[in-house]
Amino acid sequence: MTRRLRPLLPFLALLLVWQGGASLHLLPAFILPSPGAVLQALWTDRALLTSHGLVTLGEVALGFVTGALLGVGFAILMMLSPVARMNLRPLLNASQAVPVFVLAPILTLWFGYGMAPKVVMTILLVFFPIASGLLDGMLSTPQQSLDLARIAHASRLRELIWLRLPHALPHLAASIRIAVTYAPTGAVIGEWIGSSRGLGYLMLMANARSRIALMFAALLLIVAMTLILHRLADRLLQRVLSA
Amino acid sequence: MTHYGLSGTVSLEGERLIDPFVLSLRTGWTALLGPSGSGKSTLLRLLGGLQCEAGFEGSRNGAARVGWMAQSDLMQPRLSVLHNVMLVETLAGRNPDPARARDLLAAVGLAGYEPRRPGALSGGQRQRVALARTLMSEADLILLDEPFSALDPATRQTMQDLAHEQFAGRTVLLVTHDPAEALRLCDAIWLLKDRALHPVAALDGSKPHDLADPALAITATRLLDDIRGAV
Repeated sequence: MTRRLRPLLPFLALLLVWQGGASLHLLPAFILPSPGAVLQALWTDRALLTSHGLVTLGEVALGFVTGALLGVGFAILMMLSPVARMNLRPLLNASQAVPVFVLAPILTLWFGYGMAPKVVMTILLVFFPIASGLLDGMLSTPQQSLDLARIAHASRLRELIWLRLPHALPHLAASIRIAVTYAPTGAVIGEWIGSSRGLGYLMLMANARSRIALMFAALLLIVAMTLILHRLADRLLQRVLSA
Repeated sequence: MTHYGLSGTVSLEGERLIDPFVLSLRTGWTALLGPSGSGKSTLLRLLGGLQCEAGFEGSRNGAARVGWMAQSDLMQPRLSVLHNVMLVETLAGRNPDPARARDLLAAVGLAGYEPRRPGALSGGQRQRVALARTLMSEADLILLDEPFSALDPATRQTMQDLAHEQFAGRTVLLVTHDPAEALRLCDAIWLLKDRALHPVAALDGSKPHDLADPALAITATRLLDDIRGAV
């Protein structure tokens, strides 16, 4: 039991420092509210936080699933068609250098203030690591394994299903672990640019009304959501990979 | 009947690797001996139609179905032993028969291992699965790229005997760096050295040859000297 709780100690220490600093009024409460005040905001505003949290969670889920499916589909298309690979791979590599966040105002311009731009933002953040991770994994299948496909005169599709995809699974899993932590960031930044719902919107709204404890509570929820998603993905992937 | 074989020249990065040669295979076991880097594996890959760095000019008479065993057992870790046996057939899109795969596993001494994962098997057992996988495609031409060299001596002998028994009646080309292995198993032996194929006299008598025969040890030692270029 102590071993399992041991990693929590640094967080507890940090919390104590935070509470100590707040109690001594080192910083005014409108800059840094005490942990107690944040906890209280979490409780009293639970209905507000839940409704906005569910909006963000919806954007994250929709964006992640769509982005992951598109990424996997694109990687498979590029693996099956050398022509597609030749033309799309440089584009895919170059696109990694685009900080997707700077697209947020443009996405809002194109898709309005509803859910759509946040979902698109999340899709973009999830798509690229998954597409390139899976493609790199499939391309790194050892020649020795591919010899078997050659001996069998296997079609590209069969080679992909039986040799390349299984080899690329750990690469794909690593990409998914990264993408799942990007996803909430994408949704929240989309909400910052323009929205009337979601935790990102709630943070800005609370800030404007000087409800700093509520702002921290929303932030805490975003962090918790990301951690839980990462944990879930990790568990799921471990199960799939060890099967 | 057709003789599988390969003739022509092989070059690597613009330089001649093997001068004009003719390699013609008869039914039974043929060995291709040579020092590393001589190009013996390249010849084998060329005959099997596998990708390789070298350029080949000449003619090839390969089989429509080729059996392939390499030093690595090429097990797919996520597939069961049974599905590994059927893998080449699956890749070929031929709808493999699981009952036959089970029979072959039994023939290589692995009855009951069907549901296991390759990771749970020893190196020798994995190479037995590879043997069953090779038998599964009913190929007439079998290409072996040092399949026994990573095994411990006792397992290696057992595998040699088993492979010799199972591949009876087919055309087998064995690439090896071990003269004793070539002499023990093969009725025809080629030494690839100094960019050319040299015929080497095989031992008389049935194969696998008795390891206790002093002639085998003496001939193997002499061949080893040839490979090293000491004679």
